[in-house]
Amino acid sequence: MMIRSKLRLGTAVLAAAALGLASCASPDEGGEAAAEDVPGITDTTVTVGTHQPLTGPAAAGYSTISPATKAYFDYVNDNGGVNGRTIEYIVKDDGYNPANTQTAVREMVLQDEVFALVGGLGTPPHSAVLDFVNDNEVPDLFVASGSPTWNQPEDYPYTYGFMVDYPTESRILATYAQEEFPDKTYCFFGQDDDFGEEFQAGLEAVLGEDGLADTQVYSTANTDVAAQISAMKEAGCEVNFLATINGFSAQAVGTAAKLGYFPQWMASSAGGDFNTLSGYLGENTNKLLQGFVSANYLPGYSDTEDEWTAKFSEINEEYNAGAPFDGNTIFGMSIGYLFVEALKEAGENPTRESLLEALESGNVTGNGHAPLGFGEDSHQGYTGAMLTRVDNGVQSYFGTPFVVTGDEVEEYTEERPAMPADGLPE
Amino acid sequence: MSVTKRYGFAGAAMVLLIGLTFVIPSFSSYQLATACAYLCGIAGLTLLTGAGGQLSLGQAALMAAGAYSYALTANTMADAGTEGPLLLLVPLAAAVIGAAVLGLVIGLAAGRLHGPYLAGFTMALVVALPAVTSTFSSVLGGDQGLWITVEKRPASLRGIVSNEAWQAWLAVVCSVLVLTLLANLLHGRFGRHLRAVRDNPVAAALAGINPARTKVTAFVISSAAAGMGGGLLAYTTQSAGPGAYSLVFSLFLLMAAVVGGIGSLTGAVWGAVLLVALPHLISTATSRLELSTDLAQRLDGNLAVAIFGLVLVLVVLLAPQGIQGLLVRAGRRLGQARSVSVPPQSAKSAPSPASSTPTRLSARHEPEQLPATPKGQ
Repeated sequence: MMIRSKLRLGTAVLAAAALGLASCASPDEGGEAAAEDVPGITDTTVTVGTHQPLTGPAAAGYSTISPATKAYFDYVNDNGGVNGRTIEYIVKDDGYNPANTQTAVREMVLQDEVFALVGGLGTPPHSAVLDFVNDNEVPDLFVASGSPTWNQPEDYPYTYGFMVDYPTESRILATYAQEEFPDKTYCFFGQDDDFGEEFQAGLEAVLGEDGLADTQVYSTANTDVAAQISAMKEAGCEVNFLATINGFSAQAVGTAAKLGYFPQWMASSAGGDFNTLSGYLGENTNKLLQGFVSANYLPGYSDTEDEWTAKFSEINEEYNAGAPFDGNTIFGMSIGYLFVEALKEAGENPTRESLLEALESGNVTGNGHAPLGFGEDSHQGYTGAMLTRVDNGVQSYFGTPFVVTGDEVEEYTEERPAMPADGLPE
Repeated sequence: MSVTKRYGFAGAAMVLLIGLTFVIPSFSSYQLATACAYLCGIAGLTLLTGAGGQLSLGQAALMAAGAYSYALTANTMADAGTEGPLLLLVPLAAAVIGAAVLGLVIGLAAGRLHGPYLAGFTMALVVALPAVTSTFSSVLGGDQGLWITVEKRPASLRGIVSNEAWQAWLAVVCSVLVLTLLANLLHGRFGRHLRAVRDNPVAAALAGINPARTKVTAFVISSAAAGMGGGLLAYTTQSAGPGAYSLVFSLFLLMAAVVGGIGSLTGAVWGAVLLVALPHLISTATSRLELSTDLAQRLDGNLAVAIFGLVLVLVVLLAPQGIQGLLVRAGRRLGQARSVSVPPQSAKSAPSPASSTPTRLSARHEPEQLPATPKGQ
């Protein structure tokens, strides 16, 4: 009896202590950084943050992006950092759930006082914090989503996109489909949110209002897409455009194969990374993905000749514990590279203003096959894309890059930026 | 606690918590606002499950009903050009009414169910939520949910208090109101009816209480409280989406009510604090430990769930009355210790704190409560 009651008292004291800790954990952390003039900047460090789906429905497709970004930052830090400052990179898990993003981003902005957000991932999660970060005047750079929402400099001056936006991407895919498969039946399978809607709008702009024979949507909360895919089979779809995240691209292809249905797939860059898809599809990957077309704009992971790919692969071996090297790795490192480039351009003693000015100057070029759209009136990320096709288990680029100006899809002929020495921006 | 005392206490709590927002950092104010919103939902569960004995796993769905009602009303009003306090108060009222109406519909069915059947039925509501929002995605915004135009803090307060502090004020005022109303109900005639129906519906019916009506009323009241919570969450996060009101969240609310002490509204307060503080503490702790990136990633989203489960198991084993039960017990023991060391007459003049806040079990057996029931009919 004595022991039990002591135990109970002990539990009570523990609980009280935990609550006490909770209330005092917050103030002392903010204090130090607040003393500085620029949030997140000290003489020796730059602190930035991001929200990522490390758990939840989107985790399997994207949780390897932030470790890649971190690996690139570690590499930069080991090579002297940026103007003598090392980059500290806070990654918060939001499970692709906007409600969690709210808390995570508030914590990073209000408590950890980050200098900027870099590469926050996902349209629904990031939409939830768009007003908050702009109200708090925090640079919100390189959102990892292709929604045109991030390109509204008048309403959201602090937010910049990264990925080629969905309508641009889908215009390029649709234009290619018209040339390559002129008489086929086109259909669309997309995520039930802005991602799907905007992608579809781009398709219809090229194919015409009734250019899509069938349109199906899915919700990330439900991983079973059999109903949608069999409807597409019924409708006689031959070319299927996908506005899907990686997990659902794999679901679509896999489910179709189970139904004995093998259409031509044409995927957004957000859900078309071969290595990530093969993680879902297992041993039959090569067969299932034969001829799979998808858009991309960053260095290709299979292009061993590419200097960017070679450097990133080297950094991946050394700083990312040799994690599998795929499109997500390149995506994460490219975001890291772009941020370091912007931070260098922002001067010896960067401020939030000088960081934004650096981006507006147009001197920050990234490493894509298509140019970035950053300028005074545009916060658009990559303005075009190139197409990849899978052949015998290898996904590689073909043709030339395309850019979209207005409604016109045009070939882009200029060279992409060369890699600076050692992959470190000058 | 007498009614006057209760109002005094509520007023004091309100002033204290609002005062607190001037001292704590903005992020803590945001956490306070979130805790207050959760509190409304948990307190509703305390009434329904603790006092009424109806096990509901669907509280998150009712909070979602509140959030969506808030969102739809606020956006419609903003489109029509409404501004000012109306754009804040009408949607909040709509959140309460919207959830209460859904609660009535569910309650009418749930009144006929009990135990696991009711739990299953209410759980189905939460599971169905994403399907409902994507079926009506043109109105409810599908998975992405709705983006809400909110009335921000009054211009006169800008520069004096942060947006987060303002949100905390609103949440504190609303949740104290909800708690006071629930406390009045629980300590009044309705509370006695509810407990009587919970303990023995046949005896209650013989005593002139309508068990079905009492159960439905409890459901509506509990839903209205949850609706207020959902409305507050919609306001602070500026969004209403299915992801925020998942089954896990629903279970968390029930766990918070149990861990805090499902027999009392004070327990709901502990539960709400824990629900906000625990994940934060865990992520702070893991970020300070030198873990490999891979392990830290795995822990980030999952550890909170595991620890919450562990806490629940420990509480059920060691302190079935929850944190509030522990505190009452500790208080009573302190009172006893004092009464041993001092002469009896002075011990009498200082009543032990335990007697003023009876736990559920002791309240159930307090003899003066039962005869009082027929009087009201």
